Amino acid sequence: MTFAYEIPLLILLLVTAGGAILMKDLMSAVLLLGCYSFFLALVWAWLGAVDVAFVEVVVGAGLATVLFLLTLFGTAPKDGRLRRPPPPLAALVALPLLGVLMLYAAKDLPEFGDPNSPASTHISPTYLQQSFQDTHTPNVVTSVLMDYRSLDTMVETVVIFTAGIACVLLLRRKVS
Amino acid sequence: MIQPHDSIIVQSLGRFLVPVVQLFGLYVLFFGQYGPGGGFVGGVILGASMILTILIFGHDASRSRLGKKLLHGDGVGMLIYAGVGGLCLIGGGEFLNYAHLDIPGLETASRRSLGILLTQIGVAVDVAVSAISIVFSLSAEEIIEDSMNV
Repeated sequence: MTFAYEIPLLILLLVTAGGAILMKDLMSAVLLLGCYSFFLALVWAWLGAVDVAFVEVVVGAGLATVLFLLTLFGTAPKDGRLRRPPPPLAALVALPLLGVLMLYAAKDLPEFGDPNSPASTHISPTYLQQSFQDTHTPNVVTSVLMDYRSLDTMVETVVIFTAGIACVLLLRRKVS
Repeated sequence: MIQPHDSIIVQSLGRFLVPVVQLFGLYVLFFGQYGPGGGFVGGVILGASMILTILIFGHDASRSRLGKKLLHGDGVGMLIYAGVGGLCLIGGGEFLNYAHLDIPGLETASRRSLGILLTQIGVAVDVAVSAISIVFSLSAEEIIEDSMNV
């Protein structure tokens, strides 16, 4: 039953990802990447991760697309130097084997939403039961991110800060 | 260098849309404790409204509004975030343990709620300013022709 919505979404994901790789016109590739992010956000929302879906829409489909487009304005919409050599034979053999290995390993993963899986028995019940009394924050995701795991979030903010500074320093040109 | 857009439709729609987007960004930022959203997404939406301003009204228009000093404001969000942690230290607790924020008249849970809100504002400022400064630096000057032929 659950596959009714997932399979078309996953096919759309594959199609948009493959199209973004194979497209010669870089502008179309960027827009296809935006579509990919949007479908990925639909998958997240379908799995119940609304916060992640929100971030994926805003950052993946919105901000990243704009940044890619601005980069294209600064360079060229079509890269003529792009020559794709055929993939080496080792990759053609190794990558399907890797995929088979991953599918084999995926059989041992717990069922989606299994209450007895390790992820939902270790510390998650504590967060789910205690977070409102502890922090007066109804959204458990926010209280975990910003309160229980606050130091992690601070270092993530440092990462964004560093990325912004590095981009500005690398792209700095003299402003006329 | 991005020039102002010619079309009057785009200009008028932009004048209408930018405040709406900013309002929505603030809503997402301050509603993150009650629904999906939070500092990161709110900051990106606020930054996106500024990017929309740049794309519609040109590079110079928004530069005069925001000021080139914006590029140097990248660390303000970090300062807010780490400053909240420092206030917790001053209040006698561990770093970023909001229960020790030294605010009289608030119980522990409300202090932690307030700490979450303050740090979210810090994240939002940091993300928004980073996004805008990246866009500024990407659109700062015209194409360098030589770099395409290397």
